[in-house]
Amino acid sequence: MKLLLVLPILLPLVTALVMLPFREHPGVQRGLALGASLAQAAVAVALLARVYAGGILTLQAGGWAAPFGITLVADLLSAVMVAATALIGLTTSIYSLGSIDRERERFFFHPLMQLLLVGINGAFLTGDLFNLYVWFEVMLISSFVLLALGGTPRQLEGSVKYVTINLLSSAIFLSAVGILYGVAGTLNMADLSARLPMIEQRNLLSVVAVLLLVTFGVKAAIFPLFFWLPASYHTPPVAVSAIFAGLLTKVGVYAIMRVFTTVFTGAESEAIFRILLWVAPLTMIVGVLGAAAQYDLRKLLSFHIVSQIGYMLFAIAIQSPLAIAGGLFYIVHNIVAKTSLFYISGIIREKSGAFQLKKIGGLYSTEPLLAALFLVSALALAGIPPLSGFWAKLMVIRAGLESGHYFVTAAALTVSLLTLFSMIKIWNEAFWKDDPGVVSATEEVHGNGRTALLYLPVVMLCGVILFFGLSFEPVYELSARAAAQLLDVGSYRNAVLRGGGL
Amino acid sequence: MNSLILSTSSRYLLVLLQLFSVFLLLRGHNEPGGGFAGGLVAAAAYALYFIANGVEEAQRVFRFEPLTVVVAGLGVALASTLPSILGGMEFMQSVWVNTGIPVIGKVGTPLLFDVGVYLLVLGITLKIVFSLAGEDEP
Repeated sequence: MKLLLVLPILLPLVTALVMLPFREHPGVQRGLALGASLAQAAVAVALLARVYAGGILTLQAGGWAAPFGITLVADLLSAVMVAATALIGLTTSIYSLGSIDRERERFFFHPLMQLLLVGINGAFLTGDLFNLYVWFEVMLISSFVLLALGGTPRQLEGSVKYVTINLLSSAIFLSAVGILYGVAGTLNMADLSARLPMIEQRNLLSVVAVLLLVTFGVKAAIFPLFFWLPASYHTPPVAVSAIFAGLLTKVGVYAIMRVFTTVFTGAESEAIFRILLWVAPLTMIVGVLGAAAQYDLRKLLSFHIVSQIGYMLFAIAIQSPLAIAGGLFYIVHNIVAKTSLFYISGIIREKSGAFQLKKIGGLYSTEPLLAALFLVSALALAGIPPLSGFWAKLMVIRAGLESGHYFVTAAALTVSLLTLFSMIKIWNEAFWKDDPGVVSATEEVHGNGRTALLYLPVVMLCGVILFFGLSFEPVYELSARAAAQLLDVGSYRNAVLRGGGL
Repeated sequence: MNSLILSTSSRYLLVLLQLFSVFLLLRGHNEPGGGFAGGLVAAAAYALYFIANGVEEAQRVFRFEPLTVVVAGLGVALASTLPSILGGMEFMQSVWVNTGIPVIGKVGTPLLFDVGVYLLVLGITLKIVFSLAGEDEP
C-alpha cells in the first residue's frame, strides 16, 4: 500500500519513458498520455481517500529512516494538491489532443508534459527541503522546454525572461538550503521543525527565511516579483499556458504554506507573515490593475493569476485554522477556474481567430455553450454565489475580519469588484458586442471532433466548479481537516520521525 | 581537424577510457566514482574520438542512437526499484545477491541503478555532443 505514495511520481515518469521511443507515432503517445492521466487521477483519488481515512502517510525510500533518508510524506494538504494536479493533468491531456500540432508532438510534447507532472507531484509529496529543490528543478526544466517548444520569436522572448528569473530564484533557493544545512545539520522538514527552535544563530535563520520567501515568491509570482509571469504565459500554445497558469504558481504558494507553517514555527514565521500582510494586498491590487489595462485575452488572464495569488498569501498570513482552510480551498478553486478560463481563451481563439479583444466579438450568438461555460468560470473567479469562488472568498474574508485585518480585507473586497469588472470586460468584448469582422476564424485543420476535445475539459472543470459551489459542506469539511492537520506540526513530526530523530 | 597523432591515439584512448569508465562505475559504491562519473568519462571518450575523426565516424563507432541509450538507462534505473516493490519492502530498498564468485562477490540493485545512471549520462551527453556537431538531425 505504501506504493500509493510513490505512484504519483513513478507513473508519469514511466509513461514519459515508454513514450520516448514512439517519436514518429503520435497516436501511441496520445493514447499513452490519456491512459496515464486517467490512471493518475485514480491514484490521486485513492491517495486522498487513504490519507483522509488513515492519517498522514509516509514513505522512507530505501528503508533509510528519516532524517537520514529521502522521505515522502502525504498529509491532507499534499494529497489535495496531488488530486488537483491529476485533474488538471487529465483535462490538459484531453485538451492537447485537440490543439497540439504534429510538429510539437514530434519534439516530445507529451513526454515533457508527463515530466512536468513528475516534478509537480514530487514537490507536493516530498518531506525534505533539498528534494523540494530537486523537484522544482525537474518541473522547471520541463517547463522551460514546453514554453520554448515551437521556437517562434514571441515564445523565445517570453522564455528568456522566464528562464532567467527562475534560474536566479533557483540559485537563491540553493543558497538558502545550504545555509540552513550549515546551521541545522538536517534538511528533513519534520526534523528541521524540531531543531530550529533550539538554534542560537537566529539572525542566520531570519536570512534563510527571507531567502526562501523570495525564491518561493518568484515561483508564486507575488508582488514585486511577478513581472516575468505576464511577460511569458501568453506565448506558448494554450494547453501549455493553461497547465502553467493552473499549477505552477500554486506550487510556489504551497511551498510558502508548507515551509512557514511546518518548518519555521517561531519568530521567523511571524516576521514572514507580517511581510506577507503587506505583500498580499499589493499583489491583489497591482495584479488586477495590470489586468484592467490589457486587451490581449491571455495577458489579461495572466495578470489575474497574480491578483488571485494575493488572496492565498493573505490566507497564509492570517494563520487561523479558518484562514488556512480557506486558503487551501482558494488554491484548489483557483487552479480549476483559472485553467478553465485559459482553455476557454483557446476556444475563443479557435472560433474567432484572435486573442485580441478589440478584434473579436459576437460569440454569444455563434457559440452559446462557450458563453455559458465562460460565465460559470469567470463568475467563479470573481466570487459570485453559488459558485466555488464565493465560498473561497467568504472563508478568507471572514477569517480576515475575525483576525482584525480590516485594511487587507477591504482591499480583498475591492479587488473582487475589479475582477468582476475585468470579467465583464471580456464578456462585453468577446461575447456581447458585434463581430467587427477584422479577422476570420481559423478553420485550418480542426474539424468538429477536435472541437469536442477542446470543449470536454472545460465542461469537466465547470462541473467541478458547480459541484464545489453547490455542495460546499463536504469540501469545507475536507479543507478544515487539512488545515487542522497542517497546523498540528507535532503529528506531522511524529508521522515522519516515528518518535525518533533529534 | 586533421591530426595524425590525435586520430591514431584516439583509437587506443577510446578503448582505455571506456575501460576506465567501467572501473569508475564499479568502484563508485564506496569510493569516489559511480555511474555519473563513469558515464561522463565514457561520453568524453567518444567526444575525443569525434574531435579526432569527425562526427560521422564517431556515430558509426558508437553504433546506437543516443536517445535509445537514454531510454535504456532510465529503464534500467527504474527496473532496479522492482525487486523492492515486488518483495513488499520499502520503495527502493536495496536487494543483494551473493554470487559466491570471487572478485565479483555480492551484486545488488544499487549496482543496477548505477548502471542505469551510467547509460543515461552517456546517452544524454552524446546526444548533446552529436547535436552540437550539427550532423545529427535535430
